[in-house]
Amino acid sequence: MSDAALALKNVGKAFGNLEIIRGVSLDIARGERHAIIGPNGAGKTTLFNLISGRFRISSGEILLNDVRIDGLPPHKINRMGLSRSFQITSIFHRLSVFENLRCALLWSMGYRYSFWTPLWLQRELTARTDAMLEDLNLTPRRDTAAGLLSYADQRALEIGMTIAGGASVILLDEPTAGMSNSETDNAVALIRRVSKGKTLLMVEHDMKVVFDLADVITVLVYGQVIASGPPHIVRANPAVQEAYLGALDAA
Amino acid sequence: MTASRFWQISIWILVLALAIAAPWAFYNYHTGRQSGFVISMLSQMGMMSILALSYNMLLGQAGLFSLCHATFFGIGGYATIHFLNMASAGSLPLPMELIPLLSGLSGLGLAIVLGYIATKQRATAFAMITLGIGELMVTSALMFQHFFGGEGGVNTNRMIGRSLFGLTYAQGIQVYYLILAWTLLSALAMFFLTMTPLGRMANASRDNFERVQFVGYDPRMVRFFQFALSGLFAGIGGGLYAITYEIVTFDALAAPLSANALLMAYIGGSASFGGPILGAVLITLLQSGVSLMSNSWLVYVGVLFISMVIFAPSGIMGLVTAHGPIVRGGQLGRLAVPYIRVLVPGILMVAGFVGLVELTSFLTIGAAQGKSLVLFGNKIDVHATLPWLSAAVCLLGGGFWLRLEARSFRRVWEGLMQGLKPQRSVA
Repeated sequence: MSDAALALKNVGKAFGNLEIIRGVSLDIARGERHAIIGPNGAGKTTLFNLISGRFRISSGEILLNDVRIDGLPPHKINRMGLSRSFQITSIFHRLSVFENLRCALLWSMGYRYSFWTPLWLQRELTARTDAMLEDLNLTPRRDTAAGLLSYADQRALEIGMTIAGGASVILLDEPTAGMSNSETDNAVALIRRVSKGKTLLMVEHDMKVVFDLADVITVLVYGQVIASGPPHIVRANPAVQEAYLGALDAA
Repeated sequence: MTASRFWQISIWILVLALAIAAPWAFYNYHTGRQSGFVISMLSQMGMMSILALSYNMLLGQAGLFSLCHATFFGIGGYATIHFLNMASAGSLPLPMELIPLLSGLSGLGLAIVLGYIATKQRATAFAMITLGIGELMVTSALMFQHFFGGEGGVNTNRMIGRSLFGLTYAQGIQVYYLILAWTLLSALAMFFLTMTPLGRMANASRDNFERVQFVGYDPRMVRFFQFALSGLFAGIGGGLYAITYEIVTFDALAAPLSANALLMAYIGGSASFGGPILGAVLITLLQSGVSLMSNSWLVYVGVLFISMVIFAPSGIMGLVTAHGPIVRGGQLGRLAVPYIRVLVPGILMVAGFVGLVELTSFLTIGAAQGKSLVLFGNKIDVHATLPWLSAAVCLLGGGFWLRLEARSFRRVWEGLMQGLKPQRSVA
């Protein structure tokens, strides 16, 4: 077993003639916190969609713990231990916060499509859901419909649902987008806490968050990796500065 | 929370008690039996409740818009006719009380086969597949004479002479209690299903089918299991239909009945578990009650449905539960006057509308049947101007007045809600 939890080998994706991802190769080591940055339209979210099985890749290979996952449907990839969040909050809006998290736990706890198990008697399931609520600081909102939560709370729930199933590889798509400074600080603390011992891959625009959290940064421009490495090396890379980070230094 | 749970259970018990007692309220001491009309209406309510509840497993709980639900009701009915005939012939040693179980299994079997195809898709594509399936089944019913009996349908005699309780089922009242028992059983089972992993994931895939995939579930399998199980219950409903009427024709699986299932679930309220029962009772009342008085009862059902879709998409049950926060806040009394103020123009408008519909109906169908319109003992000349004019004035005047009152009602409502700081949660 190699020590890459997730490996992309020359992955390409084209929509018709339009090449969005052009031969991306990437090794994400086990336990690493890896951030993907890049200008708008670089293909960051598309890359997430390819890894998580939402879209099929056009060429290349994707391996999760040395097993090929490209071509598998999203639910199968999820069961193999890879979970993702969405840039645009994707929750079960009419269900309560508690139900949302419970739904995210069900498969991993082996309930499958059971229509004979009364949920209200499942003590461990309930206890783990409640612990999850506590961890996310959502206990006061336990019985609120998820659709009625504040934006920051919805983002916290989004992260919670992503990690609930105990996946070993976590993909977070812009977890702090649209948050205020204090909300971002809370979100970063939350991500740090819940990603302990897991492999984390995230797309993020907020450079403060990126340099705060990431062990490795990959810069994606026009569907190609132009640099990848520890933050201080990527920051010093002239191509990166030209393509992207110039704005950061000016800021 | 526990207080509202207490009230919920109380209401269910009350409804059950009413259903048990209802036939005796229409007991005729002259003939020594219950009113046949009432018994058959109550029986119809029971089987339609099962149909509507099972339909709502798709519509309300899984967000699946099926247009072929009667298929499974119908197949349960047809199969049951054959089971009863087999039982009479002695080749099926099963008591009457357990026959509906076989009806349900027939519905389940067909729903597994057809559901496998239909649940490949969701949303609009799913609806269109089910529309096709429904048409296919009607055609099949006319083609395969041996099983479906063609246009005339198939018939049986329900007195198979085998019962767990020594009943003959010669009287409607015995059949009614059999229906009631199976309705209760089915409703409890369907309620139980809402609290299982499958039931919860059905809700989840209704809200956001895509996210379901990213928590490890195959949304297609969720749809499939939910569809198959709803076919089981629809089949039970169809079995009770066959036992009651002893004849099943393709009406029992045709599109109008599928549409009825939809109407009942929607008008009653698809967001709550009990809503479809309310819808089934209401539509059955309109069907068997109003149809005695008016040729145009279907117009009323249609207009009721359209108004619900526009003004109360969460159905009657949704309207009732919307009062929850106000009731809990002890402020319901403050709505009494506003309610009266909208009720008066509302009644006026409805009266005007009914007047116009009935005048039209008596001008055409009524005339052909040689009937005349009678209101409060007075014969009304449908060719005179005055009745038309007064009906139109009621409708328009009531409508405009209602608009004004509705506005002030909304202000009061919103004021109350603001004061109560709503905290809504939907299961």
